[in-house]
Amino acid sequence: MEASATTVTGGRSVLERSPIGRLPDRVLKWGLSALAALILILIVYFFIRLIGQSGHVFSTYGLNFVFGNNWDVQANIYHGGALLFGTIVTSVIALILGVPVAVAGAIYINELCPRRLRNPLTILVDLLAAVPSVVYGLWGVFVLAPRLLPAEKWFASTFSFIPWIGGGIPQLYNYFIAGLILAIMILPIVSAISREVIATVPSEHKEAALALGATRWEMIRMAVLPYSRPGITGGAMLGMGRAVGETIAVVLVIGSAPKIGTHLFAQGYTLAAVIANEFGEATGIHTSALFAAGLVLFVLTLIVNMIARWFITRGSHGTRGTGATGMTIASGPANEK
Amino acid sequence: MNPPDTTKEQTDMSTAGGPSPDRPEVAPQAPKAADAKKTGHAVNVKDLNAYYGNQHAIKNVTIEFPANEVTALIGPSGSGKSTVVRCINRMHEEIPGARAEGCVTLDELDIYAPNVDVTAVRRLIGMVFQKPNPFPTMSIFDNVAAGLRLTGTKSSDLKALVHSSLQSVGLWDEVKDRLNEPGIGLSGGQQQRLCIARTVAIEPEVILMDEPASALDPISTLKIEELVDELKERYTIVIVTHNMQQAARVANSTVFMLDGEVIEHDETNKMFTNPSDERTERYVTGKFG
Amino acid sequence: MSATALPQISTRRRLTDKVMRGSLLAGTLIALIPLILIIYYLIHKGLSAWAMSGFFTTDPTGSFFGSPGGIRSAILGSLEIVALATLISIPIGIGVALYLTEFGKDSWFANTVRYFVDVMTGVPSIMFGLFIYIVLVIGRFGGSGFAAWKGAVAISLLMLPIVIRSAEVVLLLVPSSLREAALALGAPRWRVVFKVVLPTSASGLVTGSLLAIARGMGETAPLLFTVSTAFALTFSLNQQMNTMPFLIYTDITSPRAAIQTIAWGTALTLVAIVLILNLLARFVASRSRMA
Repeated sequence: MEASATTVTGGRSVLERSPIGRLPDRVLKWGLSALAALILILIVYFFIRLIGQSGHVFSTYGLNFVFGNNWDVQANIYHGGALLFGTIVTSVIALILGVPVAVAGAIYINELCPRRLRNPLTILVDLLAAVPSVVYGLWGVFVLAPRLLPAEKWFASTFSFIPWIGGGIPQLYNYFIAGLILAIMILPIVSAISREVIATVPSEHKEAALALGATRWEMIRMAVLPYSRPGITGGAMLGMGRAVGETIAVVLVIGSAPKIGTHLFAQGYTLAAVIANEFGEATGIHTSALFAAGLVLFVLTLIVNMIARWFITRGSHGTRGTGATGMTIASGPANEK
Repeated sequence: MNPPDTTKEQTDMSTAGGPSPDRPEVAPQAPKAADAKKTGHAVNVKDLNAYYGNQHAIKNVTIEFPANEVTALIGPSGSGKSTVVRCINRMHEEIPGARAEGCVTLDELDIYAPNVDVTAVRRLIGMVFQKPNPFPTMSIFDNVAAGLRLTGTKSSDLKALVHSSLQSVGLWDEVKDRLNEPGIGLSGGQQQRLCIARTVAIEPEVILMDEPASALDPISTLKIEELVDELKERYTIVIVTHNMQQAARVANSTVFMLDGEVIEHDETNKMFTNPSDERTERYVTGKFG
Repeated sequence: MSATALPQISTRRRLTDKVMRGSLLAGTLIALIPLILIIYYLIHKGLSAWAMSGFFTTDPTGSFFGSPGGIRSAILGSLEIVALATLISIPIGIGVALYLTEFGKDSWFANTVRYFVDVMTGVPSIMFGLFIYIVLVIGRFGGSGFAAWKGAVAISLLMLPIVIRSAEVVLLLVPSSLREAALALGAPRWRVVFKVVLPTSASGLVTGSLLAIARGMGETAPLLFTVSTAFALTFSLNQQMNTMPFLIYTDITSPRAAIQTIAWGTALTLVAIVLILNLLARFVASRSRMA
């Protein structure tokens, strides 16, 4: 053998693979990297195009677009303050109604309920996420809104002394119904995150409370809730992000009135709803205004979601959310763990 | 030939009125100081069986823990020492699938009686855990006051009570200027003393300690042991430990357990120098465990 | 000196404990009420639609008088569009997840991608519709305005982050010892991926995909801006196409009671398909070797 033990013809060591042999690996790596980069590019590109389509509106109205209150299609004037108002109000209603119920459920399932009920209850709550938003809208229009109207009327007249909450004449479709439907829609995600966070409370803190002679509720209050607060807040913010962006269910039950409603049961509008409703027949600056509304909505959801994520990573006390929490956040509504 | 559960029962030191139940007098103990002055509370465990699901963890255990004394439980891992202790303050039943049968009395009180409120039992029988566990979201002050707040102590009284608790565990001087700082900001040894302060603040009658110093450095361990020695003036103490030197240093009497059974229960000195059972002898001389 | 007596736990504490525990149970039950009500009405009203003649076998007529027709074109349209969206999003999604777990790992690039994927999960579905509208519909890309394939692209964008995140979780569960064993035998990277990592995580990937598909089937907003609708049955992807969510959306506002009933029937059909996909996902997950 003349060649040394480690070389073959062509001067390559036997330990090296031929360039052709290395090809599949390279192709795989660079191909997948390109796909990954695609994600980044898509989002940036979207921003750019969206700004392009709506820039005209911002240069015309400036900040009045966001905060002014005069959305007048007839007169071709587009100040979207009422839309922002409606978006925030309905989301806040959703939080007020939905978060306590979701957290109560999460505490009950994790700390109080009999073991064999845990899985069934979890599945049932998560099932709410599988219902498509248009079905929520359908149910809201034909069942919830008409059935709650008498109660709303009673409420508005009984509590008429509370500003904005009472005192008006309830409409069939209004802020409250929209907020209520949103509350139901965000139940699964807030509940899922709360459940996970509560499950990570170290048993040593619960034991410390019990060993001091605390009742079950006192233990929850002393050891579970304070520890879980950041995570639950994060879950609530994620729910808010979902509520802010929800279009179809809201557009069907909010009444589509581009004004700042004077009471809880007045008709209103949201950023997402106006886009869905007016898109079909919009032209020219109207279309740009709708895109601008979309941009505002996009930025709003980005901010809310960033805040949510910050709370959640704080709440998992250092663990990165690639575990079950990540799965829940990622999969959004239609996914159970 | 020693039958498996050779338990050494001690004379009931409780001064509760009324005749003490029939118990066979057994091997004499080293003389104790001033029997007549005992105002403490004794715990009696009788025929205790405990299970984790189907696993029979504690088998017919009978132990007397005399008032105002330190009794140590030693034995290899899995011998059931922690389980026994958790049955005394009824923490064992918090584990899903776990149950206990038998009789545990505090003085004359049967703590497993059907009408007994478990939270009341835990008021009287406090527990310190192996890993110091101050409440992470509470300040030092709030940690010590936690149990007091549960029982509705007036906030005007809290300061004085927290002060005296921290003093009795020797922590006051170290933390008096930072009572509002988070409890978890303290060192390991300080945290454990904080937990002890939290426990004594509500004035229990018995303190259970489950390997309280095993997560600590030697100096903190010594401090804890000194503390245990002082505390026994006011409380009856049961301490689980895997450290035999520790048992020798702090405990009046020691119980050796193996596989869920009590093998030997005797005055500490005697157990370590002249144990009656050969399994005890093998354990204390380090031949296993 | 003192006989031990159990301290009295104040009635206030006992009461608070009972009340709070009751409230927590009540809260849980309240959370379940909407689900029960929705299912009840879906079945109650939807079944009467299912009983209408030709519900599944004819297309909507779109006429105000006479027979309203059925929903055939909507069902098939939904299936077609979501199938195309699946073909786009699953391979790309798994590909990106593979990149993240096998190559990118903890690099700044991979972490940036992860962050952006996180961002994408929070984007409202209407945004994807708007995006595709701007990019593909306005310019009449491909010679058409609204088109089924454009809707499929919008929906695939919606499904993408779901697939990526769930796939990443599953791929991370593959024990590194398996990869190392293969590499130690001299297998090149690509072989390890295709012969070891993917097969091991297959059922988890399927589960995640099924859930993403279930989500995709139910979305309406993206379709509004990309596909619009049609009445007649069509298989041409470059035209407007009927879909179930869109059909429900428009039928809700119809004054005809019969059409409103059809909306319920369509909703029941849609929910049934979504539920089946979810159950399938659970089934696959429970049989997974790595559950």
